[in-house]
Amino acid sequence: MRAVDALMECLKAEGVEVVFGLPGGASLPTYDAFYDAGIRHVLVRHEAGGGHAAEGYAKATGKVGVCFGTSGPGATNLVTPICDAMMDSVPVVFITGQVRTDLLGTDGFQECDTIGITMPIVKHSFMIQDPQDLPKTVHEAFHIAGSGRPGPVLIDIPVDLSKADIDYQPTEKVTLPGYSPTTDGNQKQIRLAAKALANAKRPVIYAGGGVVNANASEELISLVRADRFPVTCTLMALGAYPADDDQWLGMLGMHGTRAANYAMDEADLILCAGARFDDRITGKLSEFAPHAKFIHIDIDPAEISKNVPAHIPIVGDAKNILSRLVVEYRSLEADSSRLDEWLGRIEGWKEKYPLAYEDSKDSEIKPQYMILALHEATNGEAIVTSYVGQHQMWTAQYYGFPKPRRWSNSGGLGTMGFGPPSALGAAIGCPDQTVVVVAGDGSVQMNIQELATCMQEGVNVKVFIMNNGYLGMVRQWQELFWENRLSAVDLEGRPDWVKLAEAYGATGMQFTAKETLVDDMRRAIETPGTVVVDVRVTRDENTYPMIPAGEPARNMVG
Amino acid sequence: MAMAGTDQGMNEPLAIEDLEAEVGLRTGRTHVLAILVENKPGVLTRIAGLFARRGYNIETLAVGPTDDPGYSRITLTVDGARHPIDQVTKQLHKLVNVLKIRDLEPGEAVQRELALFKIEADGAKRAELLQMVSIFRGNVVDVGPNTLVVEIIGTNEKIEAFEEMVRPLGLVEMARTGEIAMSRGRDAT
Repeated sequence: MRAVDALMECLKAEGVEVVFGLPGGASLPTYDAFYDAGIRHVLVRHEAGGGHAAEGYAKATGKVGVCFGTSGPGATNLVTPICDAMMDSVPVVFITGQVRTDLLGTDGFQECDTIGITMPIVKHSFMIQDPQDLPKTVHEAFHIAGSGRPGPVLIDIPVDLSKADIDYQPTEKVTLPGYSPTTDGNQKQIRLAAKALANAKRPVIYAGGGVVNANASEELISLVRADRFPVTCTLMALGAYPADDDQWLGMLGMHGTRAANYAMDEADLILCAGARFDDRITGKLSEFAPHAKFIHIDIDPAEISKNVPAHIPIVGDAKNILSRLVVEYRSLEADSSRLDEWLGRIEGWKEKYPLAYEDSKDSEIKPQYMILALHEATNGEAIVTSYVGQHQMWTAQYYGFPKPRRWSNSGGLGTMGFGPPSALGAAIGCPDQTVVVVAGDGSVQMNIQELATCMQEGVNVKVFIMNNGYLGMVRQWQELFWENRLSAVDLEGRPDWVKLAEAYGATGMQFTAKETLVDDMRRAIETPGTVVVDVRVTRDENTYPMIPAGEPARNMVG
Repeated sequence: MAMAGTDQGMNEPLAIEDLEAEVGLRTGRTHVLAILVENKPGVLTRIAGLFARRGYNIETLAVGPTDDPGYSRITLTVDGARHPIDQVTKQLHKLVNVLKIRDLEPGEAVQRELALFKIEADGAKRAELLQMVSIFRGNVVDVGPNTLVVEIIGTNEKIEAFEEMVRPLGLVEMARTGEIAMSRGRDAT
């Protein structure tokens, strides 16, 4: 059997239902194998779109995403999604073609050192040197991508080896002597954490993407309800705790709520589960949570005490640890009244500083209102993907996610071209759900070519462009921190979005009035197929509140 | 018999204020890391790349085969005054090809390095130099009309001491292998 046919067998053995990719010279044997492999292949229009689609699929379903590209430019176009998947811990297997082995190192046509270029941004990578190794390697790649702290794994296959005949023996046995993530938390540490929580007077639970990756949302909710712990989530974890609950503080960090950031600032104990104290969370590190001791739960030991020294480190899977922590905490029968004063103080912040904006006096649509309207039009039940910028932050602030895996955005890398491709992936992975994209008119032009893929695949993706004619987040920073010297942010020359949608064969709409926005959005969502909506919003609205970069949380503005 | 919930100290009251944070981040001394890796292409690049992108500086580096052809041993030294060693080792552990890392405490390991020195050795200098080589238990491995090449094996302190002694005589060049190390006692490093 050809190595590529064995590759197909391995993909099926891994339960792969769909792959995203774009063929080229060095992957011709692979694509020949696809011809009758019976695996759904989604032809993207740019490899970056393929990579983000695989990420969107993985984020929405929790399964490992798969993306194919050819050698050279195919591989370099994958660099951004690979790095994005690394930063946000998204399990994706990338399989690239490579020039034939006798051309390696000769600067052959479409040759590039894919392994070398991607080495700093993969969880692991494999260069196939013996075609007989391919099946084993594929299973190892899936195992590494999906286990422990998930991440991207790349397999580079020289074209001559991919068509070589091999003796294929089905195997899923993975032997990786240097890889065995710790999943079980240490019982003694868990008990100590329970005890610390029981003794804390001003505790806060701070949950990150690791809770979503571990499918530990229910365990997080149980822990919060084991007492009356206030809880906040990072941008990556929105939905891990239902946003309509009383204990919910809102998102924390640069554009988080005052209640969440002030609670972190005054807490005496912070339980961090699956988050990494990123600079967008801590602000000025030396003044971050100055009164707090830290319980840090993470499956990646390198995250513990990386930025903030942990007092009670617990390495392992968040689901495993949180469920056991709930049991331990309940057994202590802590006196909940010790939290009264703290919860009262938090309630005060929530009342005094709710997320708010000044509504327009006419029918102009404020961007914040656009997200509230979207929530209403979708009953808060959609899978929402976004690009990066103001629209992303407003969506994070105002949509109010009720469940995990409903929110897909590029958090760590902040990749502008993430939206439609990731929505495409989510729509293919979750065909029964409403999938909407909130886009900026700046971001949306990156990877807009994937509208063609959406049309070809017949998916129901609704793209709502928050159109303010600016690269809004950069404009905001220039206004606030660079004396309003607006440099290269005015997007004059933006296309007619309705016509553009129609050119792709999609439905185009334009909404300009807030009075009818909810109904208009419902109409867009009910329209079958791919719909692109140009929503005209206030041009120079800023995203608030905000911790200015490098300042402590208590200096929030706006 | 130990029962769940009866661990020493676990039933003591706990004051949040008394909790102590994990180990200090900077140890202030040079650390010798003995790293057992799979003998596969690109492994050294992964390690070197990890150091480069996290801003860690490798002081010395030695790589070679082990008794098992499937594995190589990398010995590298890192300045613990400049870099958080626990973070360095945790990041190294994340590399799939890294099997084992041992941060060798001084005293629990033997360390050796080999250095070659090319030194000016004409006339009167030659006798003085040969005496020095003898004191340091070195070997002359090449003799030229005006220079000698000398090999010194030992700890890096010994090599640095020799370097200091011969520099005034006219040190033409020096090459060092970087330290290799092995734990004392019966157990494998």
